[in-house]
Amino acid sequence: MANRIVVDPITRIEGHLRIEAEIKDGKIIDAFSSSTMVRGIEEIVKGRDPRDVWAFVQRTCGVCTTVHALSSVRSVEDALGIAVPQNAEMVRNIMEGALYMHDHVVHFYHLHALDWVDVVNCLKADPKQTSELAQSISKWPKSSPGYFSDVQKRIQKFVESGQLGIFANGYWGHPQMKLPAEVNLLAVAHYLEALEWQKEIVKVHTIFGGKNPHPNYLVGGMACAINTESPGGLNAERLAYVGKLLKEGRDFVNQVYIPDLLAIASFYKDWGAIGQGFGNYMSYGDFPTNGYADLSSFKFPSGVILDRDLSKIHDVDHRGDQIEEFVNNSWYDNYAEGKDVGKHPWDGETNIKYSGPKPPYTHLNVEEKYSFIKTPRWKGLAMEVGPLARLLVGYGRGNKEIQDVVNGGLKHLNVPVDALFSTLGRTAARGLESQLVADWTIEFYDTLMNNIKNGDERMANMDKWDPKTWPSEAKGVGFMEAPRGALAHWIKIKDGKTENYQQVVPSTWNASPRDPKGQRSAYESTLIGTPVADPELPLEIIRTIHSFDPCIACAVHLYDEHGKHISQVQNISSCDS
Amino acid sequence: MSDKSDTRKTYYESIIKQGYNRRDFLKFSTYMTAFMGLQSSMVGQIAKSLETTPRMPVIWEHFQECTCCSESFIRSDHPIVADIILDKISLDYTLTLMAASGHQAEAAKQATMKKYHGEYILCVEGSVPMGDDGNYCCIAGKTAKEALIEAAEGAKAIIAWGSCATNGCVQAAKPNPTGATPIHKIIKNKPIIRVPGCPPIGEVMAGVIVHVVAFGRLPELDRMGRPKAFYSKRVHDSCYRRPYFDAGLFAESFDDQNAKEGYCLYKVGCKGPMTYNSCGTIKWNNGVSYPIQSGHGCIGCSEEGFWDNGPFYERMTKVPGFGEEHNADTVGKVAAGALAGGIAVHAVAANISKRKELMKRINRGKQNEKNIDS
Repeated sequence: MANRIVVDPITRIEGHLRIEAEIKDGKIIDAFSSSTMVRGIEEIVKGRDPRDVWAFVQRTCGVCTTVHALSSVRSVEDALGIAVPQNAEMVRNIMEGALYMHDHVVHFYHLHALDWVDVVNCLKADPKQTSELAQSISKWPKSSPGYFSDVQKRIQKFVESGQLGIFANGYWGHPQMKLPAEVNLLAVAHYLEALEWQKEIVKVHTIFGGKNPHPNYLVGGMACAINTESPGGLNAERLAYVGKLLKEGRDFVNQVYIPDLLAIASFYKDWGAIGQGFGNYMSYGDFPTNGYADLSSFKFPSGVILDRDLSKIHDVDHRGDQIEEFVNNSWYDNYAEGKDVGKHPWDGETNIKYSGPKPPYTHLNVEEKYSFIKTPRWKGLAMEVGPLARLLVGYGRGNKEIQDVVNGGLKHLNVPVDALFSTLGRTAARGLESQLVADWTIEFYDTLMNNIKNGDERMANMDKWDPKTWPSEAKGVGFMEAPRGALAHWIKIKDGKTENYQQVVPSTWNASPRDPKGQRSAYESTLIGTPVADPELPLEIIRTIHSFDPCIACAVHLYDEHGKHISQVQNISSCDS
Repeated sequence: MSDKSDTRKTYYESIIKQGYNRRDFLKFSTYMTAFMGLQSSMVGQIAKSLETTPRMPVIWEHFQECTCCSESFIRSDHPIVADIILDKISLDYTLTLMAASGHQAEAAKQATMKKYHGEYILCVEGSVPMGDDGNYCCIAGKTAKEALIEAAEGAKAIIAWGSCATNGCVQAAKPNPTGATPIHKIIKNKPIIRVPGCPPIGEVMAGVIVHVVAFGRLPELDRMGRPKAFYSKRVHDSCYRRPYFDAGLFAESFDDQNAKEGYCLYKVGCKGPMTYNSCGTIKWNNGVSYPIQSGHGCIGCSEEGFWDNGPFYERMTKVPGFGEEHNADTVGKVAAGALAGGIAVHAVAANISKRKELMKRINRGKQNEKNIDS
């Protein structure tokens, strides 16, 4: 019988994720992904003012902060037919672009790198050689032998203290750690630099949204009024600050993140054949440049790829019956129509009913329901979402910018196209798209500045602010590409209140349990076949799971105040962007 | 790592390394003893304590949360987070940043709980679901409630980060489907520093840590368990737009001419008048801005139950005065009692003269409130 190992908690992610994997002859033969936390945010927003909902659902996730706020205001604007001024669209795009840079850099260095980089091994490096390496791959100025020597001494002192803190019990010395000591030192130095840098790029959110995490949004536009002639609004100083931050962000992506990513990836090319999965990819598209209604103006195109066939891209329809959610393996009451029926998010229902083992437990009962995440499907098929899906869909749609950046990455690493469909491909795609987004964000900024120069200072469309102007019933969908993939919120509004609200988030797609047909979702699928050198130190499992950048925060359930489960229209989800 | 514990640097060693001699060190210890209001006979004890104290061990639990508190913490500018986790504390367990997963992660926590029993600080991010026997949040097969009680047992003090841990935040908003519960309602026998906000300001979080590490004691707390240094002023009282409020100049709608002039946002729902926080003084992300400065009203995210305090864009019908403070006093008496037996070197409590000064200030504040209301 295969040995089923448990990794819980999976750390360096957002949220609570548990993986159980069956291992035979040193390889994973089956895997189960479970989210073990719920809060019920969609239930909480019911009955509330739709203009307030962005703030509630923004708290779905504080890592990819802003994405749920943006999806929410888009869903309300979609329902009520509100078009936001172009300045607001640009400000939202700039904030989202800044989030991409922040999120992807933090993921690479602080959430993913410790799977590939041996921190303790950096003590063996020659700082002079590290300096030569750094200067050969980038013009980033902090690259002297003295700089790397100082970092090394600091780590030396830290390790000698005996208190390893966040580095305690890491996978140091694991046979799968393959970087030379000099590359390890380079990566550790940039781990610390990125930690300092990340607090800068988010100031874009602070200027437009007042704070980060969780900046403020507004149905109809943005609250940060423009006034070039007053200290009361966005003026030349505030906007110049944003411009500086965006340029510094682009420099960090191009001169630190990308060179490091490529340098580290070149030692792990075997991971271009591990973690492949089922080969279906979906992107909703994002970064509108001519309004949310004009899909053709989006920088990231939308579409679905089946079975790795990039020659045919299928269209996504959020409003028809393409997208459904199932609860057959999730801790909710089955739908009245039957256990194996799916429901469109506008009509979904979620009655939480935990039926897992009583804590404390050692294993889940995977023969029965085993997660708080529901299982979404596109035309009955499992989809992988995220940076790789976005680039593949853009590639297949013939987007020249996207094709160039992908081809450039493949050429640099000297790997075939097939290497994209893998753990390595997922991690590389995240970096490659960061370059694109960093450039686009500066384009959005230029558009904003140009509008102001030409006298257009509108930042919010308040025509339909007053609920008295709304129809008695309306429904809308707010979709986007969060850093972690396709995200959409569905809202129904009745008599000025939120009648129903549902989020289907990227990690719902990727981390969900299997559907009624037994089809695995992305996490479970990609783990199969992964070699595990030492089941006691399951580093390989973490590598593939981290390549998705898991974000497992939200789920829903409901019952009335007497603890009795009630039937209700609701969704669930698990995560965030 | 326990085998290497003997080599770790203490305050004494780090002071010597910085070029001071033992005489300087004893002078410092004497000063610290006086500063903390202890008997001079305790100089030796303090010196010994500083000679042997390693970096402060910290266990950081994650329950029903969105991780915005961890994210805010790493945004701190002074000190930056790398300096905190490499030099000031030993962050031995946090799901967000630690290298180890699974068994290895849990083993690191267990090791700290055992080795530093009674010494470590427990930070809690997130609320604890008490519904359905706690099944709504499990880590490593244990409920959040169980994990909290276990980790709290040997903690010197607890820091409740953010509105989730201090008052339940969004998941505790009506109808609170999971029974989301703040920390102080579960743990009654430990000092708890409550640091509300969704999230709290990064520099405030770092400030609380620095306070404990640098001064060796908990910060003074108000009657709701919040550090006075960061939560004793209402956003309204420190807001740069306050003169517009006093002059009756208000934005009537977002993006109207008055909004563009930067007038007061009270009429479009600003909750600054009822919110205690440092947004107007420290501001956000190293002082770059804060919600009101960026044109959106305060949503009151550091106040208990703020999600249910009325729609965000509706003007408050009444600017609350110190009735709030009165409630805070009543609630706070419990917390104050728990504090008395608290942290080892915390001996300074508010003395009588301070209390008099404080009462004077509160009365002055009350008078100001009356002037505003009238």
